[in-house]
Amino acid sequence: MSEYLYVGKNIPRTAEVDKVTGRAIYINDLKRPGMLYGKIKYSEYAHARIKHIDTSKAKKLPGVRAVITGYDIPDVRVGFLRDQTVLKKDKVRQFRDEVAAVAAISPEIAEEACDLIEVEYEELPGLFDPFEAMKEDAPLIHEVDARGRPIRTNILPLPWKFEAGDIEEGRKASAYIVKDSVETTWVNQCCMGTSGCIAEFDMNNNLTLYNQANVIFWDKRRIMEYFAQIGLKDSKVRIVNPIVGGSFGTKLDTDIYEFIAIQLALKTRRPVKILFTREEEFFALPPRQPAIFEIEQGCDKDGKLTFRWAKAILDNGAYTSWGATTPSVMMMPMSSLYRVPNVYFEAKCVYTNNIYCQAMRGYGNPQATFAVETSMDHLAEEAGIDPAELRLINCNHSGDVTPMRLKITSCGLEECIKGVKEKLDWDKKRGKRNGRGVGMASLIHVAGGARVYKSDGHGMIIKVDEHGHVDVMSGGTDQGQGSPTALAQIIAEALGFRPDDINLVFGDTAFGLWDAGTHASRHTFIAGNAALEACAKVKRQILELAVVELPKLIKHQIKRQKRKDPDFKEPDLDFSLIANPEDLDIRDRIVFSKKDPENPYFRTEVSNILREALHVGTGKSHVVVAEAFYDPPTEMLDREFKGNLSCTYAFGTTGVEVEVDEKTGEVKILQLYAAHDVGKAINPTLIKGQIYGAGYIGVGYGLTEEMKLEKGRVMNPNFLDYKMLTAKDNIPVTPMIIETDEKDGPYGAKGIGEPGLVPTAPAIANAVYDAIGVRINDLPITPEKVLKALKEKRKEK
Amino acid sequence: MKKITVSFTLNGDQVEAEVPSTWNLLRTLREYFEITGPKEGCGVGECGACTVLIDGKAVNSCIYPVAEVEGKTVTTIEGLAGEDGTLHPLQKAFLENNGVQCGFCTSGMIMSAKALLDENPDPDEDEIRTSLSGNLCRCTGYVQIVESVQKAAEMMKDKS
Ligand code: FES
Ligand code: FES
Repeated sequence: MSEYLYVGKNIPRTAEVDKVTGRAIYINDLKRPGMLYGKIKYSEYAHARIKHIDTSKAKKLPGVRAVITGYDIPDVRVGFLRDQTVLKKDKVRQFRDEVAAVAAISPEIAEEACDLIEVEYEELPGLFDPFEAMKEDAPLIHEVDARGRPIRTNILPLPWKFEAGDIEEGRKASAYIVKDSVETTWVNQCCMGTSGCIAEFDMNNNLTLYNQANVIFWDKRRIMEYFAQIGLKDSKVRIVNPIVGGSFGTKLDTDIYEFIAIQLALKTRRPVKILFTREEEFFALPPRQPAIFEIEQGCDKDGKLTFRWAKAILDNGAYTSWGATTPSVMMMPMSSLYRVPNVYFEAKCVYTNNIYCQAMRGYGNPQATFAVETSMDHLAEEAGIDPAELRLINCNHSGDVTPMRLKITSCGLEECIKGVKEKLDWDKKRGKRNGRGVGMASLIHVAGGARVYKSDGHGMIIKVDEHGHVDVMSGGTDQGQGSPTALAQIIAEALGFRPDDINLVFGDTAFGLWDAGTHASRHTFIAGNAALEACAKVKRQILELAVVELPKLIKHQIKRQKRKDPDFKEPDLDFSLIANPEDLDIRDRIVFSKKDPENPYFRTEVSNILREALHVGTGKSHVVVAEAFYDPPTEMLDREFKGNLSCTYAFGTTGVEVEVDEKTGEVKILQLYAAHDVGKAINPTLIKGQIYGAGYIGVGYGLTEEMKLEKGRVMNPNFLDYKMLTAKDNIPVTPMIIETDEKDGPYGAKGIGEPGLVPTAPAIANAVYDAIGVRINDLPITPEKVLKALKEKRKEK
Repeated sequence: MKKITVSFTLNGDQVEAEVPSTWNLLRTLREYFEITGPKEGCGVGECGACTVLIDGKAVNSCIYPVAEVEGKTVTTIEGLAGEDGTLHPLQKAFLENNGVQCGFCTSGMIMSAKALLDENPDPDEDEIRTSLSGNLCRCTGYVQIVESVQKAAEMMKDKS
């Protein structure tokens, strides 16, 4: 292939001009005629029996159109383990439990009505510690499962156990072994746009749900399943995304507020909008899944890893969403980050009366990588090997098949580690223990789709009209990652058009074909491959039309020229050079002959061909449209959680230099290098945006962010007390883009949405250790923890 | 509900609004004038998504009582582009340098940057970061936002 015109270029995000002019319409801005506002009444206890709900006062409030409780709607269970109902009527198990809901003509009236609902509770003892909750005599949070069978334990019936090789053999072969306890906590996704939806039924009971789902087809399916159980099995469902104000995992599951909006809309026969406040965003949305690890690793005298053993306890909270499936992703770094022959990993998810959890950028990977990578540093110290060297000794390489059966195709890990090491001036700076230190951590992540659903496909429809405008209907969604630009570049390149010609439509189940969702860093890779397939078809159609139309256009042109200029000498054209579609190509909107590319007669604007082919004056007119469905050649994990679930994997290394103030405990990041194997950068500026953004969230995860829960209640549900980084924090992140040209990726690209976050926190923890000689193994690394650890260290001396 | 009438200049137009006296400016802009640029990210002055200019100063409109806007001049992101749709250098720079991702913080971010550049056409990185410190962004890590502001400052200098 010759030089690319658009791939690899920093094309600006002009397609999103609405976002810089205030015109982009988010759910916050969207209104429907006759729309009502819904509000939710939450529990006042972490664990209690509901004795009585009195809605009479609320119902009497002028402007209220509906008040519903669990007694007014079908008693149907929803969620991944079907362990909750939409509104809770017998028992509440967490503070965010939805007890009642109101629809009113204004949000204020709805709010006031919620306050007028009186609920009488009988408080029950709460369980807020997963270890307490696992005890045999612990009270049960759920008495029965989805099928009504009695439950005897708070441990969820999930089979998270991975084994490969033989741990005992590994232990025997070890010269050095380390064991650590590591802990990560709840963090909030902090989307700047708060959550919300509008549910609207037509008179045939068909639903249009305007929401922010990032897996619209699963969202539709969950709602269809719900409908089947509430007597609406013939209703149709359409999901429509307005512009989405950030996702970071929050939009993966269908949340309870969406079912509530649906119920209120059904009851009132009016569109109903629920829009979260920031406070709700903090206490009523599922945050990142916390995890507590025990991890043990060993290596032989040369530093070769011999085994990795780890157990995780996950505080599941009161109900189950995708947080409980994070162990399936934890298995990836546990088994496959660096070459390790013998692996054991198990995870237990435990019901408590805390907030339940969901996905967040990186899924379970940041948690598990924090465990693996802090332990790697410990092991390096134990073995007396430079931590960077230990990583290089055990580095993954192209052609490896990992214990999880992941097939490593392109792999830039070695380059990432070495690059970061050099940039940090590692050899000079490491090991000084003078308050300044360097540390690194790496990652592996899916980067070529993730077959977590039986179809990991993406459907794309591309049509080109007579003006040469290209409309692309993608089944995927955009949450701000830049797909309207990156995919337009891929499509423009493949079709021979310009990015400006491409109009991408996302997030509508009525227009799009199936897509498994914008998650798992899969969108550019999967949608990009679908685009290439569709573009090939569209281009072929155009060139087939050109074979017919181009000679006609040329003859017209000659005729015209002759008319204008009687002396015009007819050129001697060899029409056999444009006789077959294979002889032609399109570049920069121009159809031309490959065999005689500069001949002006054989060159024409593509729209000329399309117009001629459409307005033919006979019954043989043509339009250009094609569809492609790309489902990558990957496999589901088997019962042992093994299988090549992604076409390719992302690798990367973050290296940081920190300064620790031993008086205040403050950790300052002096440099942060984030090297990522991106396959091929379709748009380097956009890729850097992903690395910066993810890196910042990673630094927050490492140093400042934590949801403080006290007996199940979120104590810091606002931006004053929940410390998201600001522009003033000025973390000096330097992205390093490593290109490995992935053979299966669109133009060589791999996914890069999540990786930047994954290794950041452990790199910081390792640098802190290098600076002051104390290991802080529980996140975030706050000044208080640093001071406490330093104090203990001094005592030991 | 007690209503008040306020008149002020909004994006160059003389306007009047009759709204409940308890409303803040953000709500007035969004609900009375149906302007969508200023966003509510928190409603309590902690995120900056609602930033507008009042007499040239960047203000969190969500905590600005509407009564106080009487006689003042308010500029929202809608008032930035030229009448013919020409983008302001800040708007251009945000698109060109990936200063916008999901875009939810963008209106506020750009308005804070505008207040800065109007006062200080040649700010250094620290000054930019300080001016934007009240505007939270979850997507970008601020780096390309700061770059966008720098590029916009350059564009504006070249022009004048
Ligand atoms: S909405 Fe005004 S500061 Fe957040
Ligand atoms: S671009 Fe998404 S919050 Fe700033």
